[in-house]
Amino acid sequence: MSACLDIRRLSAVLPNGQRVLRSVSLAVQAGEVRALVGESGAGKTMIGKAVLGVLPKSVRVVEGEMLIEGEDLGRLDAKARRNLIGARTALIPQDPLTALNPSRRIGAQMTDRLVRILGWSGERADKRIRQLLDEVQIRDPERVLKSYPHELSGGMRQRVLIAAAFAAEPRLIVADEPTTALDVTVQKQILRLIAQLQRDHGTAILFVTHDLGVVAKISQKVSVLYAGKMVEEAETAALFAAPQHPYTRALIAATPRYTDPYASLKPVDESVLAGLAAEIAAADKEWRPGHG
Amino acid sequence: MAEPLFSVRGLKVALPDMTRKPLIGRAPLAEILKGLDFDLPKGSVTGIVGESGSGKSTLGRALVRLLEPSAGSIGFEGRDISRLSEAELRPLRRDLQMIFQDPMSSLNPRHTIFNIIAAPLRQNGLGDRLKERVAEALQRVGLPQSFASRYRHELSGGQRQRVGIARALALSPKFVLADEIVSGLDVSTQAQILTLLEKLAAEMGLTVAFISHDLSVIRRLCQQVIVMREGRIVEASATDALFDNPKETYTRDLLAAIPLPEIDPDWLQPRAPA
Repeated sequence: MSACLDIRRLSAVLPNGQRVLRSVSLAVQAGEVRALVGESGAGKTMIGKAVLGVLPKSVRVVEGEMLIEGEDLGRLDAKARRNLIGARTALIPQDPLTALNPSRRIGAQMTDRLVRILGWSGERADKRIRQLLDEVQIRDPERVLKSYPHELSGGMRQRVLIAAAFAAEPRLIVADEPTTALDVTVQKQILRLIAQLQRDHGTAILFVTHDLGVVAKISQKVSVLYAGKMVEEAETAALFAAPQHPYTRALIAATPRYTDPYASLKPVDESVLAGLAAEIAAADKEWRPGHG
Repeated sequence: MAEPLFSVRGLKVALPDMTRKPLIGRAPLAEILKGLDFDLPKGSVTGIVGESGSGKSTLGRALVRLLEPSAGSIGFEGRDISRLSEAELRPLRRDLQMIFQDPMSSLNPRHTIFNIIAAPLRQNGLGDRLKERVAEALQRVGLPQSFASRYRHELSGGQRQRVGIARALALSPKFVLADEIVSGLDVSTQAQILTLLEKLAAEMGLTVAFISHDLSVIRRLCQQVIVMREGRIVEASATDALFDNPKETYTRDLLAAIPLPEIDPDWLQPRAPA
């Protein structure tokens, strides 16, 4: 069986020739939660955008293939590609307030995608949305559907977007730092909901985050990125039990843990970063676009 | 315990509630801090933790008198500063310094790092030996001297936050308010900045109020913790006591909600087994 998402040797450059993705390969199986973790500039959001076909215009993909359930996006024309991505994937964004239109009611925004892109009838879309609002434990759907985004709390807005993401039964959801802007207690509720819906619907999730704590709780597999390069890929349990790459070890040691204040929060050693820089320089030297 | 640098009693702050402002006329006041009592012992780091809307930043701004309280007293070295006018506060300003969350917006883009650090020195009559003092400030935070001639956009996030710390400490203040100073940074940089602040606070005998939403960071850095919720203090105690034996349900909930970087299959279960 082919993977739900299969990315092969994906490289992308900025107009100045700088590589932002460095031959990234990763395969996400159906129903798997895969964490993409890294610090700023690691390229984790870039990969999410590439999957959804919404890379910024300044970023040019120069090599690599991307397959969704075995279908090679590169072999499709623009319209067919958009349709495939639209039908099989969805996004849970970081900031629900910018993702929602401030001047339209929640209900209209939630049914929009189902009606306009997937061609559902208004009645069917409405029924489906109510069902999903129930699944994300919104107890007063009438009020929420009639609300404008600013009338809801951050946690409620994120629930709405999770419901919208699952509504059309996508095979793959890109969740881009979906809990970063939330308070910890709300974050826990939202992570719990995402995990619950993910299990119930059997959806694969590409979970972009900078927080190794979130990685440990939500994902089955994890890819660690640095400067657009995949540094390490492992089962999540194995990664925390025995991290292989010095950078992964350094990241885990830098992450604060209140249970162990002096063993955590260790600054990343210069030698680790120097080693990474050398690794990347060596890979770039070997790299010839189009001859990978 | 050391004598308090700050001694706060019955502190209330009310601010205009812009969400309820009528089209014409003034916004009604909303009480943000609803009567707080606490001391900040001299030479110690106190963590102030809470979720958004808990009033932790408002509390910080009241301490350094960027806000005027609506009731209560703020004793600073035994003197109530809660009602002082701007002119009366001026001589105190050099002792009450701030480090901000976002160094990008708190550093002037058109000034060199030298001028950014020199500005408070000049303003407080320390304009002599400026070069020496700025050099010392840069060295203190581990930045090379060549950075003096640079601008903020030429620096990384961590370096910018070092400049923020250098500026706050250039006047050798008695008190530093650090409001979410690492929440915009990557974990590797975050660890560096916290280690630096930890070292400087100890070396300079600073009294620090460290505002954060992250209890893990607070445990490492702070000697005591104040937990806030909806404008009130939920629990305040020595750090180890708070973490080892939290008395309030809310504190326990906050701790249980932190995703630690370790595998725990029960963590996402609706009711984790006891």
